[in-house]
Amino acid sequence: MNFSYSEEQQMLQDSVSKFIQQDYDFDTRRKITESPRGFSEENWNLFAELGWLMVPFSEGDGGLGGSATDLIVVMEEFGKGMLVEPFLATAVLGGGLIAECGNDSQKEELLAFIMGGELQLAFAFTEPESRYELNNVTVTAERRGDEFIVNGAKSVVLNGEAADKLLVAVRTSGEQRDRDGISLLLIDAEARGVRRRGYATVDGQRAAEISLDNVSVPAACLLGEEGKALPGIEKVIDRATLAICAEAVGAMAVTLAKTVEYTKTRKQFGVPISKFQALQHRMADMFIEVEQGRSILYMAAMQMDANGGVAQRAVSAAKSRIGAAARKVGQEAVQIHGGIGVTDELDVGHFFKRLTTFQFQFGSTDMHKLRFLNGESSAA
Amino acid sequence: MNIDLTEEELSFREEVRAFLKEKLPADLSRKTLNGLHMEKEDYVRWQKILHEQGWAAVNWPVEHGGTGWTPTQKYIWANECAVAGAPDVIPFGMKMVAPVIYTYGNEEQKQRFLPDILASNVWWCQGYSEPNAGSDLASLKTSAVRDGDHYVVNGTKTWTTLGHYADWIFCLVRTGGPDVKNQEAISFLLIDMNDPGISVSPIITLDGHREVNEVFFDNVRVPVENRIGEEGKGWTYAKVLLTHERTGIARVANSKQRLGQLKRLAAETADGAGSLLDNLAFAQKIVDVELELLALEYTELRALASVSTGKAPGPESSILKIKGTEVAQLIDELFVEAAGNYSMPFVKDQFAPGFDGEPVGPGTAANAAPRYFNNRKASIYGGSNEIQKNIICKAVLGL
Repeated sequence: MNFSYSEEQQMLQDSVSKFIQQDYDFDTRRKITESPRGFSEENWNLFAELGWLMVPFSEGDGGLGGSATDLIVVMEEFGKGMLVEPFLATAVLGGGLIAECGNDSQKEELLAFIMGGELQLAFAFTEPESRYELNNVTVTAERRGDEFIVNGAKSVVLNGEAADKLLVAVRTSGEQRDRDGISLLLIDAEARGVRRRGYATVDGQRAAEISLDNVSVPAACLLGEEGKALPGIEKVIDRATLAICAEAVGAMAVTLAKTVEYTKTRKQFGVPISKFQALQHRMADMFIEVEQGRSILYMAAMQMDANGGVAQRAVSAAKSRIGAAARKVGQEAVQIHGGIGVTDELDVGHFFKRLTTFQFQFGSTDMHKLRFLNGESSAA
Repeated sequence: MNIDLTEEELSFREEVRAFLKEKLPADLSRKTLNGLHMEKEDYVRWQKILHEQGWAAVNWPVEHGGTGWTPTQKYIWANECAVAGAPDVIPFGMKMVAPVIYTYGNEEQKQRFLPDILASNVWWCQGYSEPNAGSDLASLKTSAVRDGDHYVVNGTKTWTTLGHYADWIFCLVRTGGPDVKNQEAISFLLIDMNDPGISVSPIITLDGHREVNEVFFDNVRVPVENRIGEEGKGWTYAKVLLTHERTGIARVANSKQRLGQLKRLAAETADGAGSLLDNLAFAQKIVDVELELLALEYTELRALASVSTGKAPGPESSILKIKGTEVAQLIDELFVEAAGNYSMPFVKDQFAPGFDGEPVGPGTAANAAPRYFNNRKASIYGGSNEIQKNIICKAVLGL
């Protein structure tokens, strides 16, 4: 039994942590989020150079190993700086889907460019009416000869505007909520009939509404078997869910530390407000939330690594429990900071925003609670 | 990171399982698993079986008759005991006074007291809390005034768990005057419960049972040789040992066992057209506890892994008492909810040994509420959960 990171993981953590501390302070991040593209190309190239973009991939695919534990090491540190570069969208989701569902020539064609920082991706899966159901797909792809003709709309696609290529979940057969009949297409973002409306998200990231109007896609751009894409999608989304759980644990740890520090300097009634037991116990409760969150994160990562990348119930357990923790830690941090906590000026409010969007990304706290519950009955 | 057990640990687990299967008396495991009232004889019988096996003193050093187990072995032991329904080892002798004696006592005291604790020949109880010294324990007032070779002890101890079974009591007493700082005015005394001047009176708790007592000391003469260590150092000794041993404090294994029982019960309990487990409102409450317990299990494993590598327990260990008791109490509460209408009857006798009448309610449903009431103590004793948060604030957050 051992909860330490390996030497390689330790080095990886040190290197990401150093970057966040030295080169990614809150003002730097703000400038990046306000730039036209919404992330820094320079940082992205640096990540490629340092090999961070190889972290999610197996050695067979040219990556560093791709274990869930490696992934949470990186994501936790990213979370501490609320990093906005599209690591999740391009490397974890887009790259993950290609590695999971693609054939050898597709992998060969694409993965090296992802890891080299030359290719930006986005995974378009949610739709205006799908909420958190991955099987709820109405975008259609009709086979015509050597092509698919794609029609429909995808919503809130992370990194949708900057992406060079879109991975799109489409329905090639069946009804709106059928598990069968979902396929995965790789679509050039500049293809005729693709319309993207980009915007900022409340937590400083970028996303887009994407409409597809008679887009013709070569049949060779189908990833995996036609109509059988859902299990692969679910597996990759679970991995991405674990990744943002780690990001949230990192963000919570910093939020707590900043709150504790603030109470030691802020004076009211002639004393630092850290002396008030009414606040002390709330910070103790925040600490408990962070550590319980960290524990369940480790549980899920270990389960995923032990089970060949599949750990549905464990991921839902983590997402649900960490979602509850994120809500509490974010809200309490703002409350304990007082007025300054609700200003745009201070970073704490921005951590609160990220900890809020986290709760609803890839399924809400409640959705994952029910998935954990139902997972048990279907296993029994 | 991994939570795999080594080959040796796996075979140790097999050994433990085989032992429990062969030696744990069925009547004791039935009582334990159903949360029924245990008699003194029940506890002693089990502890003597453990002693025979050489497993009575899990935490003691080998030289005094302990097992010398690693933290992981202790964890395996606690898990298997919970699953099998082994009674708790009464902590007062084995886990509380013995470590003080073998750490701070002199040779004579070790030889005089430790063997009888190991063999469960002598029952100990704890004399810490007083009517006006609860969370602020250091303000305790029971006085011990030196008179030749004796201390003369006067005062009142309270919440003395199973004090009515006890042969001996270990006490924190005030030996320093009013001008001495609290923490330097307290000494650690061992007192024979048969000494003249001691009287014990019951406190009946919400479950209707006598579990705790008040113990009165009226000019009790205690030989100076019964003092552990130096005069005025008692507070330090007590405190060191309070923070020392945290393995198992979260009672994760017991709560897991209880939660499994609760789920089976809910699945068998009718609720409308289906079972209580099909009731989404109830099922979600179970999931909430289950997730908290899952996180807690890994928090405990993290603490264990850190102790196993020789490091001090990390900050995560301070969580164990708070979350462990909260989870246990939530489970108790859900048992009451699961009992439904049969949470109301209070028929003490039907769970007592020898009852041959018609029981009220199914299974142990009628015992759910008393058990819930009783276990509200868990977040209060051993340093209330609020005191635990003070410790987190001071030791971890630096507030």
